[in-house]
Amino acid sequence: MQGTGLALARGISAGDTAWMLTATALVLMMTPALGLFYAGLVRGKNTLNTFMMSVGALGVVTVSWALVGYSLAFDSGGGFVGGLKYVALRGVNFEPRPGTAIPHLLFMAFEATFCIISAALVSGAVVERMRFGAFLLFAALWSVLVYAVLAHWVWGGGWLQQHGTLDFAGGVPVEMGSGFSALAAATVVRARKDYGRQALLPHNAVYVLLGAGLLWFGWFGFNGGSGYSTGHPGVLAFTNTLLTPACTLVVWFLLDLLRGGRVTAIGAATAIIVGCVGITPAAGYISPTWAMLLGAVAALPSYAFIQWRPRTRLDETLDVLAAHGLAGLTGILFIGFFAQLSWNGRANGLLYGHAGQLGWQVLAAIAAPAYAFIATFAILKLVGLVMPLRVSAHEEALGLDVAQHGEEAYATGEGAILVVPDGGDIQADVALA
Amino acid sequence: MKLVIGIVRPEKANDVLEALYRAEVRGLSISRVQGHGGELDRVETYRGTTVKMELAEKLRFEIAVSDSFVQPTIDALCTGARTGEVGDGKIFVVALEQVIRIRTGEVDHGAVTPRGA
Repeated sequence: MQGTGLALARGISAGDTAWMLTATALVLMMTPALGLFYAGLVRGKNTLNTFMMSVGALGVVTVSWALVGYSLAFDSGGGFVGGLKYVALRGVNFEPRPGTAIPHLLFMAFEATFCIISAALVSGAVVERMRFGAFLLFAALWSVLVYAVLAHWVWGGGWLQQHGTLDFAGGVPVEMGSGFSALAAATVVRARKDYGRQALLPHNAVYVLLGAGLLWFGWFGFNGGSGYSTGHPGVLAFTNTLLTPACTLVVWFLLDLLRGGRVTAIGAATAIIVGCVGITPAAGYISPTWAMLLGAVAALPSYAFIQWRPRTRLDETLDVLAAHGLAGLTGILFIGFFAQLSWNGRANGLLYGHAGQLGWQVLAAIAAPAYAFIATFAILKLVGLVMPLRVSAHEEALGLDVAQHGEEAYATGEGAILVVPDGGDIQADVALA
Repeated sequence: MKLVIGIVRPEKANDVLEALYRAEVRGLSISRVQGHGGELDRVETYRGTTVKMELAEKLRFEIAVSDSFVQPTIDALCTGARTGEVGDGKIFVVALEQVIRIRTGEVDHGAVTPRGA
C-alpha cells in the first residue's frame, strides 16, 4: 500500500482532477442556495420546511444515488436505462472514468450533486402543503426512476446520446426533468388551500436575491465542470455562464419596465436562474456571441409563462416549470440552430449546415418532458397510496415549520417555557460541571 | 358607541376582513399580539432544548362603532374567525366615552360613521 496514495492512476490529469474536485463542491453548494432562494419566496411560517426539502434531498438523494441511481444512469446497460454494475459504488474507484482524465470516483461525486439539486428543484412545486416525509420518499424514488433514466439517455450511453442529441450540463435530466416533473407534482398534490383566495407573498426578497446569487456562483462549477476537464469545452461553458444570465437579466429588466414601469428584485433573481438554466444544455456547444443571444431569447417564454400561470388554477408554486422546464427546453432547441463545430469540436447546428442536429434536439425536447411528467405523476400517485401527501388544513394554516418540524424560523422565545426532563435539575448539573 | 375588540387567529384575517366588509363595517385597526387562551401548548425542540410555547400569535381587531353596528360587527367577527377548534379567540365589547375625528374635529357619532355612509 505504501506510496500508492501519492501516485495518480494512469490516465489521470492532475489539473482536471483539481478543477473537478472544486466544481463538485461548487455544485453541492447550489442545493442549500436553492433552499435559501425557495425559503425567501414562501410565507414566513413555511421558511424552514421549504429550506428543509432541499436539505432533505442532500441526504436521501445522495444515498439513493450511491446505492442505485449512479449505476442506472452511468453504467452502459441499454438505451433506456443503465445496468447494475456500479450498484453500491462497486468498482467505482481511482481509475479514470472512460472519456475523461479524472478518477471514476470523482466523476460519480460530481454527477451526484446534479441529481441532488434536481430533486430539490421539484420541491418548488409543492411547498407550503406537502408532508415532509412524503417528499423524502418521493425524492428518493424520483432520483432513481426519473433523474437517473434521463441522465442515462443523454450522458450514460442512452438512446438520445446514441442519436447525437447534445446536452452539455443537463437540459434534459436537470432542467426539463425537474420542470415538467414539477408540473406533474403540482397536479397531483394540488393547490394550497388559500391559493387564488388570498395574496400569498414572498416573505424575504433578500433571501431570494442571495440564493440566486449563490446559485449563479455555483453554476460556474455546474457548467464549467461539465466538460470534465480544464480544456476548451469547460472554459467555453464557464464563460458562457457569465454572459448568458447577464443578457437574461438585462432583457428581464426591459420586460419589467414595459409591463409595470419598474424593475423588480424578485424578477431579477428569477432572471438569473432563467439565464443559467438556458445556457446549461448549450454551454460548451455555442459561441459566446450566440450565448448572449440565448440569454435574451430564453427570457421571453419564461417571463410570459410566469405572468400567465398565477391566473390559472395551477399552483405550481415557485414556477419551476417556467424557470427550469421552459428555459431548459429553449436551451436544448437553441443548440439545434446555433451549435458550431469550430467552437465545440463536436457538431454543427442548422445555421452551420447540419439540420439533422435540430431534429435530435427536438426529439429530446419532446421525449424528456413527456417521460418526466408521466413518471412523476405515477410515482406521486403511488406514494399517495402509502401515505398522505398533504398536511391537514389546520396544519397548513398553522404553518409547516411548527407542524412538521416543531421549530420556527423566527422564534422570539416569548412565552417559551423550558421543559426540563423528568428528574433533571439544571442547577445541579451546572454545579457538577 | 362601543369599542369592539376581536382577538382572532392570524390565518383568519382575510376571512374576518371580508365578513366585516360584507357587514358594511368600515374603519378598523389591526395589531399583531401574542396571547394564551387555553389552547394546547405547542412543543418545539431546538437541539437539546425543548420548550412549550405558551403564547400563540393572534391578531387584534379594534373597531369603534355606533350602537346599531355593534351586533353586525360581532356577527361578522364570529363568522370570519370561527374554525370550531380551541384557539379561535375572543370578542370584548367596551363602552366608549368619546371619539374624535382628527381631520374635521367631528365627535362621537359623526366620528365613527364613515364619510358618505
